[in-house]
Amino acid sequence: MSDYLVLSYWDVALAAVFLILNAGLSLWLQLGLARQMLVAGLRMVVQLLAVGLVLKAVFAVASPLVTFGLALVMVVFAGREIWARQERRMRGPWGPGLGAGAMTLAAGVVIVFALTQQIGADPWWSPRYALPLFGMILGNTMTGVSLGLDTLSTGLWRESAAVEARLLLGATRWEATRPFARRAMRSGMTPIINSMAATGVISLPGMMTGQILSGVDPGEAVKYQLLIIFLIAGATGLGVVLSITGGIWRLTDERHRLRLDRLGGERG
Amino acid sequence: MLIVEGLRTKAGGPLGLALGGGEIVALRGPSGAGKSLLLRAIADLDPAAGEVSLGGTPRASIAAPEWRRRVAYVPAESGWWDDRVGAHFPAGGGSESNRIAELIEALGLDPAALGWEVRRLSTGERHRLAIARALVREPEVWLFDEPTAALDAEAASLVEAVIRKGRARGAAILLVTHDDAQAARLADRTLTMADGCLVAREGAG
Repeated sequence: MSDYLVLSYWDVALAAVFLILNAGLSLWLQLGLARQMLVAGLRMVVQLLAVGLVLKAVFAVASPLVTFGLALVMVVFAGREIWARQERRMRGPWGPGLGAGAMTLAAGVVIVFALTQQIGADPWWSPRYALPLFGMILGNTMTGVSLGLDTLSTGLWRESAAVEARLLLGATRWEATRPFARRAMRSGMTPIINSMAATGVISLPGMMTGQILSGVDPGEAVKYQLLIIFLIAGATGLGVVLSITGGIWRLTDERHRLRLDRLGGERG
Repeated sequence: MLIVEGLRTKAGGPLGLALGGGEIVALRGPSGAGKSLLLRAIADLDPAAGEVSLGGTPRASIAAPEWRRRVAYVPAESGWWDDRVGAHFPAGGGSESNRIAELIEALGLDPAALGWEVRRLSTGERHRLAIARALVREPEVWLFDEPTAALDAEAASLVEAVIRKGRARGAAILLVTHDDAQAARLADRTLTMADGCLVAREGAG
């Protein structure tokens, strides 16, 4: 990576000129976006600088405890995000627990598999590999799980008459909810399927672009990118299936009844 | 045949009732009295405390899907999960196909209705098809919530004929109705509900 071009903070600041120009334009056109734009920009600067420092320290310490601790923090934030994106949440511990649990299990299995079988870093949990990869897998699984669960609960809620009609004719809870499970799984999986289909033609993935900019041979960058997309798709699929199955399990009961009473009201 | 004891629904209770085979019982009462909740609870759609048994067998020892095939409940509003009418009926051939054709004819529907799209049905057609699909498997108990409220007089009399035929075949039939004349025409006895409880056990048949 001898041809890596180091950026100075001045270079970075200069790139922000266009953002400030946009803010000025917004003020002039009275779009009311200037404040939001600047606050979001500042937030990003602070968050990324902080993350940079944290990662630098974590890489230097290279302790399993710190690495797993940071992974746990990521899981908690992602779990909260799934919960926040639900239009109708399940009551009790299932509300935050189901999505976060399915996501963590799926992303956890996939990241451990990847680190031990393909990446082969020493030690296998080496934070330089584990944390960025885990972040990418977790973020995508989070999106899939939250879309899938939201589609499932709103579908069952709106079309409870259809589900109960099927139950009344002697269907089991799995038969009666099958169309809704299918729809929910499709909506959870669609983003990753679409992005696989578009990758390389419409967009160059961020990670691959980053590797190329830092001097990695494009062929090598492509291999890494393929690996990560396979892992992301695998974890997303697993997380979606787990969360939808768990969701149907929770929103029906052993007497094959639809239990919408376990779902909270719509958030206003 | 169907015995309900100490049943508590969200509307109140406890209440008990017994339905014999070959009997039509009308269930009356003001809106909000808990009539539909009672039918839902008997069909095991809502969790409810109390004992329900069919022919001496407690409900808990019968798997829920089998229970609902034997104790058919037709709600006032029918639900549909597929675009095509035919998908809501059992696909099995032979006696079931004959039974479907027989019911569709008895309810005054077009024999081609199975090939139609659900969204093109009128309210009355929907309701009669919902009755037909519930009766295909010849349930022992029929729980009907306002079976003729959405129908014109001609269609209503066809549904009443199907209900009478069910009684003749030995089904136990509980029907919620707001129509006094219908209760008088069909029912062997009348139960009245208020605030989730049965207030009068016997009435003019």
